[in-house]
This record gives sequence, C-alpha cells and structure tokens, in this order.
Amino acid sequence: MKRSPFAPLLPLVALLALPFAADAQNLRIALSSEPTSVDPHYHVLAPNNALAAHIYDSLVDTDEAQRLIPGLATAWKNDGGNKWTFTLRKGVKFSNGRPFTADDAVFTFCRVAKNETNIAGGNKDLIRNMKAVEAPDPFTLVVTTAEPEPLMPRLLSGISILTSSIAAHGRITFNLDASCGVTGPWPSVSQFNEGAVAIGTGPYRLKSYVRGSAIELVRHDGYWGTKPHWETVKMVPVTNAGPRLAGLIAGDYDLIENPATRDLGRLKEDKRFAYVATPSSRVIFFQLDVGRNPSPLAKDDRGGNPLQDLRVRKALSMAIDRDTIARRIMDGGAQPAYQFLPTGMYGTLPNPPVIKFDPAAARKLLAEAGYPNGFEMTLSATNDRYVNDGQIAQAVAGYLSQVGIRTKVDAMTRAIYFPRRSKKEFSFAMGGWGSAEASSFLRYWAASLDEKKTRGTSNYGGLADPALDDLIGRAIVTVDDERRAELLRQSLTRLLDLHAFIPLHFENTLWAHRADIAYTGRADQYTFAMSAVPAKK
Amino acid sequence: MATYALQRLIQSLFVLLAASIVVFLAVYGIGDPIELLVPPQASAMEREEMVRRLGLDLPLWRQYLAFAWNAMHGDLGRSFVHGVPAIELILSRLPATLELVTLAMAIALAIGIPLGLVAGLDRDTPLSRIIMGGTVLGYSLPNFWKGMMLILVFAVLLGWLPSSGRGETAVILGVKSSLFTADGLRHLILPALNLAIPNMALMIRLVAAGATEAKAQDYVKYARAKGVRPGRIVRRHILRNILIPVVTVAGIEFGSLVAFSTITETVFAWPGMGKLLIDSIYQLDRPLVVAYIMLATFLFVSVNLLVDLLYAGLDPRVRLMGEAA
Repeated sequence: MKRSPFAPLLPLVALLALPFAADAQNLRIALSSEPTSVDPHYHVLAPNNALAAHIYDSLVDTDEAQRLIPGLATAWKNDGGNKWTFTLRKGVKFSNGRPFTADDAVFTFCRVAKNETNIAGGNKDLIRNMKAVEAPDPFTLVVTTAEPEPLMPRLLSGISILTSSIAAHGRITFNLDASCGVTGPWPSVSQFNEGAVAIGTGPYRLKSYVRGSAIELVRHDGYWGTKPHWETVKMVPVTNAGPRLAGLIAGDYDLIENPATRDLGRLKEDKRFAYVATPSSRVIFFQLDVGRNPSPLAKDDRGGNPLQDLRVRKALSMAIDRDTIARRIMDGGAQPAYQFLPTGMYGTLPNPPVIKFDPAAARKLLAEAGYPNGFEMTLSATNDRYVNDGQIAQAVAGYLSQVGIRTKVDAMTRAIYFPRRSKKEFSFAMGGWGSAEASSFLRYWAASLDEKKTRGTSNYGGLADPALDDLIGRAIVTVDDERRAELLRQSLTRLLDLHAFIPLHFENTLWAHRADIAYTGRADQYTFAMSAVPAKK
Repeated sequence: MATYALQRLIQSLFVLLAASIVVFLAVYGIGDPIELLVPPQASAMEREEMVRRLGLDLPLWRQYLAFAWNAMHGDLGRSFVHGVPAIELILSRLPATLELVTLAMAIALAIGIPLGLVAGLDRDTPLSRIIMGGTVLGYSLPNFWKGMMLILVFAVLLGWLPSSGRGETAVILGVKSSLFTADGLRHLILPALNLAIPNMALMIRLVAAGATEAKAQDYVKYARAKGVRPGRIVRRHILRNILIPVVTVAGIEFGSLVAFSTITETVFAWPGMGKLLIDSIYQLDRPLVVAYIMLATFLFVSVNLLVDLLYAGLDPRVRLMGEAA
C-alpha cells in the first residue's frame, strides 16, 4: 500500500477532532486579574477577596448590594459603647470536618495580628484596637475595643475565618503576647497556596492553585448555606480583554470578567451569549490640588495656583458633561456621579446637588474669579487602571479646554502614576475608590492628613478644612447608626460645597457569559461562582 | 576547549553583575512599590512595618549590597507581590515556557529550512517567489495581531483548538509537561505557531540566502562536475555549509523566546515566564524583575556557549582554532 504523503499529519487531525469538554456541572471562569495568593489574609485585593469568599466565610457577610447579612455569626449587637457581642452559627463544619466554634474566630484574629508575611491592609489595626475577645461559651464571642469602632461588623466582613486546627496550639485565648496559645509555627503563604491549610467553611474547597494557570475548586458538600449549583469551578486568568472574549465565544469559558465596553455591541447581537452590567460602588473622580500655592501643574499668568479659588473649582465641575461621557465613552457602562457613593447606600445624600453641564456659566464663573482667558493645567491620569481611563482623561481635557482652560493630558501606567501621585506631583489627578460605606472616602481622601489616626492618608490635594475634619472625626467614632449617618451626610454636604473633588461617574462592572447561564453581579465587583446559575428556560 | 569555556564563564559573571546593577537601578527609578501595595486604610505603623520588612527604608546602595550578598548565597529575594521566593516563582513558570519555545523552534526549523532551500536553490520559480513573499508577511505582521487572528480563525470560527491557557500535563521520565497529553498539545499548537511564524520567516530567508550563495561556489560546481547526485549535493555540500549561521540565529532566538515571549504568552494566557515578567514590571515587583533578568542573562550566556560548542561540531576549522589557542 502506498503511504499517503499526509500520513504524518493524521495524529494531528485526530487531535483537532477531539470534542469539547462541555460539562453542565463545571463552571469555567476567565478572570481579568489573578489572585496573588490563596491565603485570605495576605493582601486585601479584589481578586484575592473574591477567591477567599469561595473557600472561607467571615463572621459577617455582605450581599450583592454590599449590605451586611449574617455569616458565621447569626446576630450581633453593640452595647452603645465599646462592647460587641456576636452570636455564632451552630452546626457549621470546616471542609476538613472540624466543627466551627468561637476558638476559630479568636485564632483567626491572632493570626491577622501576628501575620508577618502579609501586605499591610489595615486589618491589623482593627485587631490591635481589640482590648479583649472573650468566648463565654463556644457560640458567643464578646469583643471589647479600646477606641469605639462603629464599623466593627463591616470590618469583620473582610476577615476570613480559619480553623485553629492548622497550627499546633494549647488552650486558645486572646492574648497576643502569648501568641494566643498557639505553640507551633503559623501557617505560611506557601502552605495556603499549596492547599494544605486552605481550609474554610465556605461553599467550595480548593482543589489546586497553579499560579498563572488555573485555580480549581470543588463544591464543599458540608456547607451550611445554600449549596452552589456547580460541582467544580475552574478559574483561569486571561488578563487581556480580546483573548478573554474570544475564549468565551470559542466555548472555552462559560463566564468572563470585564469584557471591553467596545465589544458589548457584538455580544448584544449574538444570541448564544449575554452580559450583565452591575452598578458598582467604585467612583471615578478628580482630586484638585488646593492645599498649596503654587501648584506644580496648574498655573495662571502670575504663576499662582488658580485651583485655590472655589469659583474656579466649581466652574471646572460645571464644564464637564458627565452624561455624555457615561453614554459615549463608557457605552452606558457608568452612572454619572454627584457624590462619592451611589445614592441609596448608607450615609449618602438622598438628593445630592446635581451639577448641570453648563459651559457658558462655567466661563462666566471663571471670568468672575479673574480668569477670563483661563489658565494652563495638566490633567494627570492612569491609562491601565480604571475602565477607559485614558479616554476619559482626553474627554475631560476637551471639555475643560472649551471653557478656556488650556489642558494637557498626561496619562501613564499605574506603576508610575501612583508613586508620583503620592509624592504630590500632580494638580488635577484622576482617582478611583470603591467602598461599602460612606465614611471611608471622607476619612482617607477628604480629612486633613493625620498619620497617627490614619486619616487623610490619600489627601494628596492637601485639603484642610477644620469644620470638615471635625465632622468626620465625630462621625467615625459614633456608634449609633442614625446619628452617624446624619454626621456623614453633614460631612458630605460640606465636602461637596468645597468642590475639592470632582466626582465623575460610578463604573459599572461587566460580566459576559453563555446565554444559558444567569449571573447576578455584585456592587463590590467580585466574581462569584455562586452568583451563576443555569438560566430558567 | 576547557580554557575557552572557563574564559567565557568568567566573562558571563561580569555580565550578570552589570545586568543586576542596571535592572536594580531601573526598577528603583520607576517608583516606590509601597504605593502600589499598601492601601490608604493601612495605618502609618503598619506601613512602616511593611517598608522595613521589604528593606525599602535603607539607602539604595545598601539595598543593593544586601541583595548582592543574598544572591551570592543563592537567595534572590522574595517577591513583594506574592510573598514567596522570586526564583521559585520563576522556575515554576519555566517548564511552560520551555515546552512552548521548544515546539515553536522545532516548527520553525522543520518548516523553515526545507522551504528556505526550495526558495534559495532556484530563486526564479513562482513557488520561490511565493515563499519569499510570505516571509515578509510572516516577519512584519505584529505578533499581537497574528495571535488574535489565529484565535479568531482556529478557536472562534472553526472551533478546532482552545483559545488560550495551558492544557493538562503528564509526567514522563520525571518531566512534567503538557507536551505529553492530547489536551496539552491542543493548547500548545496556536501559541507555538504564533511564536514559530516570525522565526520560520527568519530561517527561510537565512537558508535561502545561504543556499543561493553556496550554489555558486566552486566546491558545488566541482561536485556537480564529478557527477554527484543533486540530492547529495544539497545535503552534504550546501546544507552543511550554511548551517552555521542558522545554528547561531536559532540559539539566540531560542534564548530570547524563552525570556521574552511576553506578547504571545499574554495573548494566549500562557502561564509562562514572559507573562510573569510583564506582570511584575507593572507591579514594581523588584526582586522578581531583577531575579528574572539575572536568570535571562544567565540563559543567554549559556546558550551562546552551547552554540559555540555546536560550531566546533559543525565546522572542523573552529575546532582546530580552539585547540591552537
């Protein structure tokens, strides 16, 4: 028999003909950024936190709108001062079969405080503020703080509970100096990544974590809550938006994070796929350099800083057409913002003053302030951090130029941008902030810098308003929810009057998926396999 | 030969030293990694602790000396971002890159050399013109675009191959690789092809130019006059003589593909070293970037050494000169 010249190619053809591994019980997710570790206390980062929520639970949980809901604690109450009492859930088991008790919570707090390999994220301060943590019985936890901490339940929602069985220990007590009764070594980041100690009470357990390649999860059958639909989950980091979408269309993934807004049109036309756009709490804003004269990148003819004039700041805000940016540049993937958290969330203004797009009035205000011919300014922005950030910067510069402010755009990669911003090299700088409650923007961005109290740590514009500082200072130690909300609203009103920040819009978070899946997006932008279910036919 | 190799080794140590200083300074110059790592919620105390732990509070020269001292003891530092030893992180990515590059180079050589001979031995046939025209395309089309097109055609439109990621791996003879499984190979084909195309073009041009030149040489004319079969002339007389530049270029390309196939790895979400490098640069993960460049430099130096040794095998004249020295 004569050998076909294509004979050597036959194995290749056979390879190509292999069917796709389509499996109704398996969910394949393409992530836009990869978790840096399976250790839930390693780095407070969105991808890390999202992965942790699959494997672990926290005492207090948050729903998709970031409202607090019971987690491993079924109820909590505050005595009006520094004492918090948590009632813990009974009958909860870790994925290694061990029951969950108050000891595990105390063990976790100690690990957070004693962690020497993590990246600073603020959780240590919460634990250091705890004067005593006591467990009168295995299902009651009493936390007493040194300083009042009204955000205790909110902050605890960010701490994943570990099992004390991953370290050798004697009797566990909250005594940080005595290592809380832990006698063996604390588990390391690598041990978590290898999976040996990645044990939680969450809906999934870790099967494997191969950095850069894939994270595989298996359903935790002993889970106390609603069982997720998918038996196995595979998360693959595909950082580039084009290949991510191609992977969805080719059938390699069932769900992808952050499809590019420019591709939404194509997804809309294709019946096999669908997408969800969920408003997030991430606000995109501009931070104005108001604290000094002169300012490096905003100069009038005499070299002074025009941004110190309130009328100028207000004019800048009026000159920007937020609606058009949200509609055209973001393709509907954003909601115009007039405060720093979406209206309706705790501590926000029910009716924030809407700043109308009015270039004529802006020009008039500028003339009144003594700048009929505008001034020169550089708008500094990232080009790889927020959705369409480079284009947004261009558009805003265009609007500002229309009212006579000669605006240049300097867009750069985040690795250069953030270090430069912290050195206060900018005058009109883009920023983004996502949070679940109103005090954080005020405390870290708007309050004047006080390193001891961790306030104003991102106040790069040098805003210093004693009245505002006083309101914020009182708000963050007020435990009563009603009174705190009122103080927060007063602070916010004061801040908006100062126009030292120009809120632009809230980003929508996008997920694209197969049409036979229904997905519920979350305001915190986390991607959960639990949020995906088969679509009803 | 041994003195020659030793000489090259000492040279390479100096190259490593220079590379480490340059990269260390460059990454330091971009910005402070603390600003990317630590959120505003962290207190001044927590932040200080972190700065001290990473050694960023020391003056630059002391940071470098500490790094160099540890490096001499085999410790290239811990990744700022991942908190694990940098070298461990890089080496864990090495197999994925090696299998990709090996397959890519194999494709480039297996297709490039024969096509180059066809095009070079008779330049005026239409086939030769098509091949040479194709090389211009293969070489000049941007890698990123080509990758996307491959995905579009073979994954999205035809649905034959997976669009991205690495497939299943298997262990054969102690080597864990996705070259040994059907699923792994299916995942490998597109990224390997994307890496292979420009190299294939390079090989074709190199071999074609060499073949055209060699064809006119006296020894080829002599062989033909002697009545040697054309096939043997091509194999024994032409090919062997033009292989030296091919081996040199293949060696250099192999090294640069292993270290810097960043674009292909990004487009195909291939968990290799190039992707790790680009991610680390974006995050100012200095220990990782420095360790990476050191490793890449080391790789280049060794590949070049290997190429020199291969020369000796291919060309007796090199061997003689080596012994004389």
